[in-house]
Amino acid sequence: MITSAIIPRPLARLPWRLIFLVVGIASFGLIVLYSAAGGSLRPWALKQGIVFFGFLSIAVAMSWMKESTIKSITFPLYGVTLVMLVGVEALGFVSKGAQRWLDLGPIRLQPSEFMKPAIVLTLARFYELVPAGEIRKWRAIWPALALLGVPAFLILVQPDLGTCIMVTLCGVTVMFLAGLPWWIFAGPAATVAVAAPVVYSMMHGYQRKRIDVFLDPESDPLGAGYHIAQSKIAIGSGGIWGKGFLHGSQSHLDYLPEGHTDFVFATMSEEWGLVGGVLLICAFAAVIRWGMKVSQNARTRFAQLAAAGLSATIFFYVSINLMMVMGLAPVVGVPLPLVSFGGSAVMTVMLCLGLLMALERQQRTVSRLI
Amino acid sequence: MKHMRITTAHQSITFSRRMMLLGGAQAAVGGLLVGRMGWLAIAQNEKYQLLSESNRVQLIPVPPRRGWIIDRNGKPIAINRASFRVDLIPQQIVNGPEVIAALQRLMSLPPDEVERITRELSQSRGFQPVSVGDNVPYEQYAAITVRLPDLPGVAASQGFTRFYPGGSTVGQLVGYVGAASASEYEKENKNPLLLIPGVKIGKEGLEQNLEPTLRGEPGGQRVEVTARGKLVKELDPKPDRSGGTVQLTIDSDLHQYAARRIGEQSGSVVVLDVQNGDILAMPSMPSFDPNNFSDGISRNEWKMLSEDDHLPLVDKVLESLYPSGSTIKPSMALALLRAGIDRNDHVFCSGSYPVGNHIFHCDKRHGSVDMTAAVVQSCDIYFYEMCRRVGADKLSPFIKSVGLGEKFDLPLGNQRYGTIPDPEWMRRKYHREWQTYDTINMSIGQGNVLVNPLQLAVMAARLSTGRKVLPRLLSGHKIAQQAPLGIDQDHLDFIHAAMAGVVDHGTAAGAKLPLANVQMAGKTGTAQVRRITMAERNSGGVRSNESLAWKMRDHSLFVAFAPAMQPRYAAAAVIEHGGFGAQVAAPLVRDTLLFLFDKQKAMASLQAFEEGLGGSLEDRIARKTAAWRSANGLPPVSATKA
Repeated sequence: MITSAIIPRPLARLPWRLIFLVVGIASFGLIVLYSAAGGSLRPWALKQGIVFFGFLSIAVAMSWMKESTIKSITFPLYGVTLVMLVGVEALGFVSKGAQRWLDLGPIRLQPSEFMKPAIVLTLARFYELVPAGEIRKWRAIWPALALLGVPAFLILVQPDLGTCIMVTLCGVTVMFLAGLPWWIFAGPAATVAVAAPVVYSMMHGYQRKRIDVFLDPESDPLGAGYHIAQSKIAIGSGGIWGKGFLHGSQSHLDYLPEGHTDFVFATMSEEWGLVGGVLLICAFAAVIRWGMKVSQNARTRFAQLAAAGLSATIFFYVSINLMMVMGLAPVVGVPLPLVSFGGSAVMTVMLCLGLLMALERQQRTVSRLI
Repeated sequence: MKHMRITTAHQSITFSRRMMLLGGAQAAVGGLLVGRMGWLAIAQNEKYQLLSESNRVQLIPVPPRRGWIIDRNGKPIAINRASFRVDLIPQQIVNGPEVIAALQRLMSLPPDEVERITRELSQSRGFQPVSVGDNVPYEQYAAITVRLPDLPGVAASQGFTRFYPGGSTVGQLVGYVGAASASEYEKENKNPLLLIPGVKIGKEGLEQNLEPTLRGEPGGQRVEVTARGKLVKELDPKPDRSGGTVQLTIDSDLHQYAARRIGEQSGSVVVLDVQNGDILAMPSMPSFDPNNFSDGISRNEWKMLSEDDHLPLVDKVLESLYPSGSTIKPSMALALLRAGIDRNDHVFCSGSYPVGNHIFHCDKRHGSVDMTAAVVQSCDIYFYEMCRRVGADKLSPFIKSVGLGEKFDLPLGNQRYGTIPDPEWMRRKYHREWQTYDTINMSIGQGNVLVNPLQLAVMAARLSTGRKVLPRLLSGHKIAQQAPLGIDQDHLDFIHAAMAGVVDHGTAAGAKLPLANVQMAGKTGTAQVRRITMAERNSGGVRSNESLAWKMRDHSLFVAFAPAMQPRYAAAAVIEHGGFGAQVAAPLVRDTLLFLFDKQKAMASLQAFEEGLGGSLEDRIARKTAAWRSANGLPPVSATKA
């Protein structure tokens, strides 16, 4: 927070440290997109810049929202999003072999993106309403499971495995922080650990092959493992200092697929090396830590849970993408927020940051004497 | 279940605890990501840099030029000629029959060739180019080049074609080259070089056996390409290294002279330099023209070669085995002397020699003969009697020591080295005891005796020097140490005189060198290929060779060295079914050796000889091909292939 007599008070009270971080990450992203296009603003960097600053403005505008306003729109937002998800199923058109977009004339909406912040807010609001004494009861569990399970299922059948996993993880994080009993989380985790080998042994050959390729992408470098193999080559060949701006052969010669979207981190690492990668990871860590701080400093249960859940959303975005790019997770199609080309991820992350900034402003402005 | 009231305070504690846990988990994931990235970028950097480079840079191989094969004087035996070539890439062909029809029109391909191309196209794998033409005239090459966009699958390029100036005279010696077959490609671990149109590898003979030297190292144009194969820029090329030149001990002129001198016969000549074992000539005729093989041979051409009873596809110097016949007698005489036989002892030749209930014959009645007369007149009965007295045990080791039945270290993979029998061999091979008639048969080089012409030439060389001459074909090979064979100088002088006598006044008296100061020493041989029955002998005597079918006639052999007193060259010739040794093989060796001493006289003799046959070798081959084609109902070969 900058305090100065010259800067107008409303501007000075914006969380500038966060905004600098986010602008820094996004600018670095634009530089990478500029290089990925072979040293050109078109077709990606310019468009992405416009989208980013557009959503940044919206996020800053959102920071003036009151917590009570957020609370009041939470359930309607969830309801509308859920209806849209059903709508996608009913009349969405097929794009890239999966129904994800809802065509509303001039605007094309991807409702599953809205669901990420919506599920966090909804569950936060739900657990705020649950009395402290009831938290370990079945009544506190099944509505949350339903609130989370229905949209997760709708997204899964689109099919969009990546978003489904993210929505589920965000919801589970809020439920975990709300204080649900351990066995709710430990039980399923243990079941998966035990069941996985059994399921694997019962799988068909081609299904097993997919798993095998994920575990060892080099076993099928020209087929299913191609993305991961080429991505690892790009990151590994970058070394500590990278090959230099505009000198990444993997991305420039098209060996790296999706080098401007899901695999943008590999494009970046090839040219900027380990140094660029660690710097970017640290920047994201700082953003997430800022969000977690907002949660810790929150004075209402809703703000606590919502801020933590929204930070977790950004965390899952970044970590799933990076694990996927480095060959630690299967390729599920989660972009790197603020860096990957594409509006949806920017929109989601900016919604999260806008809400976080709003919650943070409450902490500073609302009298501590409640 | 504990009955504990959970208050807001409890909830707050739980929340902070779980927040710490969540923060810790997030930090752990962050640490994992940084660690993983460090592992990829530092520990495995080298591996991935290599992979990235192999992605980026592709090598377009530039085939090396095949090394030359030259003769002892540097004259070319196998060289490369710049040429235009047209190939078909099966993978890229859209409409096969249409493309072939277009090529047939543009290049005026004969139907034979069209049939070969269609056949090879159906047999080839997708990646393997099929040669349409190796030596395409420039006009046709240009006509195809301008139409390339309309002919998908056709590739026109400039390259090199193997050229053998000696044509069919060197066929059996050098072998031939051709495009690698699918199995050869697999055998070389899918060497990409073998897929380039126009790259030929050795298939037979020296071309095959000297392949490692002749091939060279392919170079490459290094280019940066995108994942879709689009060329971005050219990098520094990697230079190719031409194959090494191989020098032979062959005297190309002599080799060709001897080949032509064989004429219409089926046979071979070998000439050695006795001082170092250098093989100066080893033609086997008739042969195939390796120039025709290099761009694929048509089925008809192959059929004609394989049906020929003169066996043009067999190297008669190394692959064919013959009974040595009487050419073994000088060696046998030395073996007898060594076993203690007095050369002045006489044997009476009455024309027949009974052993048990069988009668062995001589070709005439020589009367009383000593060893000199037995060699000069080639009396069989002298050798029957003397060898029987000594026994095979004492004879075989010496016969083997002069080179018969020996395998030599030559860069040719097709040697067959025959047999010099002995009692131990008889037991091993036929499980029976050695009999007297086995000795009788061996004494005149019949029965189980089988040798190749190179061994006969080596025998002549060893008898001429008394040393262990080893044949040598590559100039680069060390000259082998010639150990003495342990023959008495007295015996050696005796056999030299006897062999000189053979040419001077003996069985080969008609084959004297027409030179005042050089004399030839030799020995004739006639090897039976059929059994002469008693019935035939009784009904008017042995039938003359002329009255027999060609296949039933005797082989004609001759071994020689010259000059008789200071031997320098040794030679052997075997003419299959040529009749008496003195008749065909001896004049052939005489003319061949004459070429070494007086080229003019030798060429004059050859000219007369070829006129008698009706033209030069090339003319005769062309006529023979035309005759064969018309007899088999095929149209004549068009002039374009010449």
